[in-house]
Amino acid sequence: MSQFQEKTEITRIERLTPDVFRITLESSEIASRARPGQFVMVRTGDGKDPLLRRPFSISQTSSGKYFQILFKVIGRGTSMLAHCREGEYLSILGPLGSGFTFDCKADNCLVGGGMGIAPLLFLGKSMLRNCTLKPPTIVLGARNKEELAPLIKDFKELGLSVYPATDDGSLGTHGLVTDILKGLDLAPTCKMSVCGPTPMMTAVHLFCKKKEISCQVSMETAMACGMGACLGCIVPLAKGGYAHACSDGPVFDAKELLWQVR
Amino acid sequence: MASSLKADLRVSIGSLKLKNPVMTASGTFGYAKEFEPYVNLHRLGAVVVKGISLEPRAGNPPPRIVETSCGMLNAIGLENVGVERFVKEKMVFLQDVNVPVFVNILGDSIDEYRVIAKRLKDVPGIAGIEVNISCPNVKKGGVAFGTIPEMAALVTAAVKEESSVPVVVKLSPNVSDITVIARAVEDAGADAVSLINTLIGMAIDHKSRRPCIANVIGGLSGPAIKPVALRMVYQVAQAVSIPVIGIGGIETYEDVLEFMLAGATAVQIGTANFINPRASEEAVEGLTRYVVDEKLSSIRDVIGGLILP
Repeated sequence: MSQFQEKTEITRIERLTPDVFRITLESSEIASRARPGQFVMVRTGDGKDPLLRRPFSISQTSSGKYFQILFKVIGRGTSMLAHCREGEYLSILGPLGSGFTFDCKADNCLVGGGMGIAPLLFLGKSMLRNCTLKPPTIVLGARNKEELAPLIKDFKELGLSVYPATDDGSLGTHGLVTDILKGLDLAPTCKMSVCGPTPMMTAVHLFCKKKEISCQVSMETAMACGMGACLGCIVPLAKGGYAHACSDGPVFDAKELLWQVR
Repeated sequence: MASSLKADLRVSIGSLKLKNPVMTASGTFGYAKEFEPYVNLHRLGAVVVKGISLEPRAGNPPPRIVETSCGMLNAIGLENVGVERFVKEKMVFLQDVNVPVFVNILGDSIDEYRVIAKRLKDVPGIAGIEVNISCPNVKKGGVAFGTIPEMAALVTAAVKEESSVPVVVKLSPNVSDITVIARAVEDAGADAVSLINTLIGMAIDHKSRRPCIANVIGGLSGPAIKPVALRMVYQVAQAVSIPVIGIGGIETYEDVLEFMLAGATAVQIGTANFINPRASEEAVEGLTRYVVDEKLSSIRDVIGGLILP
């Protein structure tokens, strides 16, 4: 497995909404090897607090040289990242974990929510590049238009059309991504790829289970190392026991996981 | 380049000679293979692998870890593959790496420790055993072996009986006087002691009114515990005559030097591996430069060299 620990230069930092940021980093080692669904561990500063690296999905790569991460400011670590400047360097470990799998012959449907939309851009882009058949169906949800619109823009620039859903109805369907899925005529041979908050992924998993559609999900958990050493990032398995999100995942077949259905 | 500099960094743990005093701490370095992409494993003094029990353990439910100020709290629950799979699957890789391997072992009864030690005896590539006495003694109602001197001594003696390699006993800091436990295991035949294991702590999320980890309480590690670890290493080094291996918040060669000044013969780097997988190798490079720059004949000159007021 090719993994690297790199000091990478921030070539661009964009503020997409008041609390959502996108950072472009330069590393040909990481960018040229990354696959959709893989992630990097980012050190947010040089000090001892916050201590741990933060995991972020790679949201896209370009020219085999640059890669992007997308994040919302939720604590001290992400706040420090948001205050970085272009030309500064970040310590990165990656690319880590398994990626999404995709089959060009199948109808592909990508479903993302909030910051979970990030790796789906990379996946959608790879599908466009590698598959000559029809482009994937893309369903994206977020709290409101302000948060969702800039994320949809990236897909539109690739020529991909998106079905949007927002919690407040300010853009697209007023409701959940599953409300959109129910209205789509998805073939049973369709392959679903999902990343988003756990309640959303649970709902999409249940939808797919009922329709007997294959579904892969990218799991987010707290993790200290990202490479299978701390054993902190477990996800419960349907057969009992646990898998490690960092090294066995973060992408799993939804059927293999144990879902908390309330 | 530090790697081309020549410096005498050798230290001894019982009959075992290490090329330098930098080891990796159990539970923070996997089975070493995880760190192969980042670290030249053969340059380390030794690696200590994830704690091994008689039977495989699935570990605790999530969440298992949470970050705290300058540290992290964990309750992994001793997840491991069990001694059989460890020997058959994990040792194969370790046997090919030119680095001494310490196997950290744990059990719920003295007999379990004894059986594991017996299974590991004569397995090629194992340089030493580290006995984790912080886990609860199920038969005695969950009292940790590490908190009662007589129990710590019994475990140590049982493992010593079954081992042909040096036996290090890893001490818990969650006791009123760690030197009493250290002396008890020394008397029982331990070749060295390593300390400290994690400090028991807790983190609460006031918004949800819930503990941050599912086990409610967990072990605190990282830079936050370094002053406590230094104090305990300093006290134990004066209480025993066997080598002391310092653990607790060590990240850089400067940290290593501080522990050696306090009396440690060697050290283990733990949580820092998660943040900088190359921390251990970088500490070796730093020590090399230090010995050369300070014109020391050996890193051993530093051990116990603390100048008191």
